[in-house]
Formats: sequence, C-alpha cells, structure tokens
Amino acid sequence: MSAYLSSKRLSGATPLDRRAQVALSEVFPTTVTDASATGFVLSRLRGGGPVLWVQDRLSRKEAGVPYLPGLRDLRGLPDPPGLQGLPKQQPVIQVNLSGAADVLWAMEEGLGCKTLCAVIGEIWGTPPALSFTATKRLALRAETAGVACWLIRRAAEPGLSAARERWRVGSLPAAAHPDDAQAPGTPRWQAELFKSRSRKPGIWVIGDDGSADPLPVAAPFRDGTLAETRDAERRRAQR
Amino acid sequence: MERWQRHATRNGDAPSDDVPLALVREGPHGQVIHATNRAARLSGVTAEARVVDMRAVCPALRVEYADPAGDAQGLERLALWARRWCPWSVRDGVDGLVLETTGSDHLMGGEAAMLTEMESRLSLLGLTTRLAVAPTWGAAWALARFGPVRAICHEADLVMQLAPLPVAALRLEADTLLLLQRLGLKTIGQLAQVPRLSLARRFVRSPLEANPLMRLDQAMGRLAEPVASVAADPPILARAGLPEPIQDPTAYLPQLCQDLCARMDRAGVGCRRLHLTVYRTDGEVSRLDVATAAASRDAAHLCKLFEGRLARLNPGFGFDLITLEADRVEEIAPRQPGLDGRADAGVPLPQLMDRLVARLGARAVKHPALRESHLPERAQFLAPVPVAASAEQAVQPRPLRLFEPPEEIRVLYAVPEGPPAQFVWRRQTHRVVRYAGPERIAPEWWHDRPGTRLRDYFRVEDQTGGRYWLYREGLHEDGRGGDPRWFVHGGFA
Repeated sequence: MSAYLSSKRLSGATPLDRRAQVALSEVFPTTVTDASATGFVLSRLRGGGPVLWVQDRLSRKEAGVPYLPGLRDLRGLPDPPGLQGLPKQQPVIQVNLSGAADVLWAMEEGLGCKTLCAVIGEIWGTPPALSFTATKRLALRAETAGVACWLIRRAAEPGLSAARERWRVGSLPAAAHPDDAQAPGTPRWQAELFKSRSRKPGIWVIGDDGSADPLPVAAPFRDGTLAETRDAERRRAQR
Repeated sequence: MERWQRHATRNGDAPSDDVPLALVREGPHGQVIHATNRAARLSGVTAEARVVDMRAVCPALRVEYADPAGDAQGLERLALWARRWCPWSVRDGVDGLVLETTGSDHLMGGEAAMLTEMESRLSLLGLTTRLAVAPTWGAAWALARFGPVRAICHEADLVMQLAPLPVAALRLEADTLLLLQRLGLKTIGQLAQVPRLSLARRFVRSPLEANPLMRLDQAMGRLAEPVASVAADPPILARAGLPEPIQDPTAYLPQLCQDLCARMDRAGVGCRRLHLTVYRTDGEVSRLDVATAAASRDAAHLCKLFEGRLARLNPGFGFDLITLEADRVEEIAPRQPGLDGRADAGVPLPQLMDRLVARLGARAVKHPALRESHLPERAQFLAPVPVAASAEQAVQPRPLRLFEPPEEIRVLYAVPEGPPAQFVWRRQTHRVVRYAGPERIAPEWWHDRPGTRLRDYFRVEDQTGGRYWLYREGLHEDGRGGDPRWFVHGGFA
C-alpha cells in the first residue's frame, strides 16, 4: 500500500494544480455504485457560483442523486476549495431528465451561462446521442464560456470523444482514521488520466496525507509515467 | 362564514352542520361574534353580541377566529369575478358587491333571469346570496338586505317598494338609528313623510353616514352615487395582422417580441407570463402560454421561450391575426451596460432557468435545499424555486450521493446489534473491512406513523475501497415487526 504513496507534493504541471479546469472532461468511474468519481469532480471545482447538475434517469436510479448535506461537508477532503466557493443559498441546480439527448441539450444551455461554477452531467452507458459531435459541441462551448464541464459516464467504455481530458476514477481504501482504528478515515481515490491534450497521462492517488497543504496531494505511481514528471526531472538534475 | 367552512372542508376538519359555530373577532370589550352558522342562529346566537353572553345562551357554541382581512381580499377577487355579468363592479362594505348592470341585463335574458343565474353561480362557489336590482345603489342595498327574495325594483315603484322597509335599510349609523327610533320613525315611508325642512334642520351638520335625509335622497335617486369601479390596467399587447391565413407563426414571432418589448420598455415593466394567441379563420382561438423566472423584456430571450413549443399551437385551417400579450407585469429598472460600453456577455442565470423550464418542464428543474430534519431523506428537499432555507447541519458525516429509495441488502453480522460483516447488494458480495457507527436516528414521531422503526446507520468500507452508508431498520425484538431489515442508503466519496 505504501509503495505508491509519497509524502512529497508534486509541483508544476501535475493534473491537480490550482488552475481551474475550463474544458470538457470525462470521468469513467471504475464501479458504478461508489461516489468516488463525484468526490473527485467536486474536489476539482474552482470558483463561486452554483453548479448545474444534470442527470439522466438510469444514473439517478443506479448511482443515486447528489445529496446536499454531504456536498456541504465533504469531510473526506481536508478543505474542499470548490465547495467552499459554492453560494450559500443555491449551491446546486438539479435537472432530472430521462434521456441522454435532453441531458446534452441542458448541458449545452448551461454552458452559455457564465454565472455557473460548473456543469456536471451524468450519462449512463453509451447512448447514440452522445456522439463525437455532441462532445465536440460541449467542449467548444465550455471553452468559449470558460465554464468547467464534467461528464460522468458510468457503465461506459471510452469511445470516440472530443473531451480535453479523460479520467478513470476509482476508490482506494481510505486513510487510517486518527481516532478509530477500525473506521475509515479520509477517502483516497485512484485517478488515471488516460487521455489529455495538454499534459502527460499518468496515474495518481488522490487523498489527504496529513500535510499542511489544503489541496489534495497527488502522488504518482513509482513506475512508467512517474519518471516523466517535472518533479522527477528536477530530482534527477539535483542528483 | 362560508369561506371558513370551505377552508375547513378542504382541510377535512369541518364540523357537522348541527354544531353551533361562531366566528369571533376582537371587539373593544372582549371578543364579539362576527358570523354564525345556521345551527347557532337557531339556538339564539346573534352577530355583534359578546362571546361570553352567547356562551351563556348556547353552551355548546364552538368558537373559531374570523379572518376579516382574508374576507376582504376574497371579496375583492369576487368583485373582479363578477365582471362576467357586467363591466362595472366594486366591493361594498365588508359583505357586499355592487354591480352596475344597466344595459347588460338583457344579455342574460332580463333582470329576473340574471339574478337567478347569479344566485346559482355563486351557490356553486358555496356562497349564499341575497340579491336585488334597483335603480339606485341605496335602494339595491336596502332591498337586498331587508326586501323580498330576488327583489326587482323599477324607477316607478321605487318609493312604494322602499316605504315598508325599516330605517336600518338606509345605511345609517347606530346612533342615528337609535335617534330615529326615539322619534318614532320606524320605516322609510314614515321618514319620507316628515317634511324635508325639519329633517334638514335637524341633521344639517351630520356627515353622510349619520344623515337620514341624504341617505334617503341617495336611495330615491335624488342624490347621485356612481359606482366607482376597480380599474384594471390596459393590457400590454402586440399584434400582427396578416394579409393571408398562415399555419406557422414562427416568422412573425421576433417582430412581435420586439414590438412587445418596446411597449414594455416605454412602460418600464417586464413580464412574467406571455400569451401567444392566434385568431383562426374558422372562428376559433388558440393560445400558448409561457412563463419566465424573472421579469424580462429581452426580445431575443422571450422569443426563444417559444422554441419547440409552437407545435402545440393548434392552427386549424390557418390564422390571420397573432397577438402577443404580456401578463403579470412587474416594474424593472433599465440596466446599464458595463463602463466599457459592452453588456456582460453570456446568459444570465434566470434566463437559463427559463429556458430549461420552458423546454424540459418545471418538474425537471429543481433547487435542492436543506431542511430541519433528522431523517436523511427529509433533510434535503427539492424546491421548484431557489429558497433561502437554512438548517442546522448534521454533526456526523453525510454521504455524497443518496439512493432514492434505499435499497434492501442481505447482511451477515457477528452480533445482531453490531455492524455487518458482509452484505450482498445488487447480486455482488461486499466484505466489510472497516466501519464506523452506529449512528442512531430515531423516527420523527411528529411526522411518522406509529410503529416506524428506528435506524442505526453504519459507514462501511468494503474490500475494494467502496464506502457506503448502510442502516438497519429497527432492533431485534423491539416489538415492531419481525427481524430488522438492512438497507444501503448512500455512497461516500
């Protein structure tokens, strides 16, 4: 377990830097039932404004609906910056739809509104409406408006898509609870960036390792992709 | 009284008709009776009397509070509703409506037929009425309250019909009535026989309410008393007359919206509702309504609201007149663009909401808000509009996602009251590696049915790292059903 954990925070162009993510990103949860993908997306949100949350019927039934008290105190994260920016009165606008075509339409509409913090869409499987053209429209609109757009796709294989970043996110055993040995502590996820336009793909473990940094700490696997990060290069140069 | 009865019937706690019931209001010396029902009237309870006295008369009297402000509002609305019979109507006092039916009675088939229709229509609303038609406001007031049923009085027999009525029918103050009674003047006829000069000398300084001579003149039509009707604002309307009938109004919509918004701009208002009406060549009218979340006079936005909905408009064989009417207008101030002269780009949030609701329906777009409740599924509610709700947060961690409804699981446990060791959910076996809990949440007895079982919530982590929120409904041998059942209710990040 400890093999992939590093206490040192990576600097520079890690996927988890402080920049806001303002393009279309797709997230593929490894299992449909756990909420790690939702937690990952929420931890990546920056800035104020409400979140437009669009779900299709199957995602609602199979993976549940977002729960406001839980969103409010996403306790797993030490200091969830995205959630703190959410407005008190109207943090989430929930849109419950039945089909993927409606979800895509609502997301496109939402991306025209710059007041929003982000648009989160959940689509089950690979419906015909979710074509390359549809993702391209979403990506272009998100970049024009500067609103982050996250598409959570459960029970889906990553096919053709114009998403700027594609992630695969799953749960890992949580960190040890400081007070209770048999209780799960702060959550940890494994996030794999397997396609990206702007940075190198890699696998990260995201979670809180007790350091003072408010951001979730990213630590790469000590194999393949790790050697290519800038931090590794710097260390190599120092040696 | 009847408004109260209807409200109580709707709430399901209406008393039966034979229970004497009175509505009370606060008087200068304690509560006084405002209105009574039939059973109370039969047992001797009179209006305007003190409640304590009437309790002595009728010990079984049930007392409820009256709502005079609500009554007045209801009567205002009824005055507008009564415009179905005539264009001029106004509220009269606390319990009356005055309709100026001159020239409109023949539309209902004469005055008698009109009164019958009014009575039946109002009784459908659950209201009993006393109606009268008279040439003057005062005479109609008197005949409705003291005259025969559905009295119809013409100009010629006005004096004759009013003569036998008591002087109370002249809308006079109580002090004046007492004075007239002491003078021996009991009916309007007797009052009319008194020489005008002596009456005028006696009541020369009295205001209208205390002056029998002026009231008499009003009733007899010698003093004018016009009906000042409640004014309605003229509608803001744009219309497009077409040279030939067409089937599809899409091409005319942008121009109509621009015209309408120009009119609203001049009036300094924005609309919350839009009615698109087409007048068809086959003599029918089709209508389409859209609503906005905030008052708006943005032509492009209003035009977009009709997108995808025009198919619901039944064009018949074509139409040659389109009108667009702004309803629910509210004042909005003109907004200044940014200092650099450019307006803020992008769609404002209210307009986004409008578009989502217009296309997807109001049931699809929800605003989750917190509510004070121990039960997790009640702690969040979905409001149709953003609400300023603030509730205490639970101290314990809450899941990020909630399953609606909770899904039942099969569980293996070491001790009945303890955490599960393994559970089968959706045909997959999860082995519990770590757990936290239980957190006991008792049923809310003020909401739940008796016999609802308590819940013990466990936060568990399975062998793959999935974190779930499970609960056991009830305890073993708590006397509320068989063995407790287990559910999974949510997922943690």
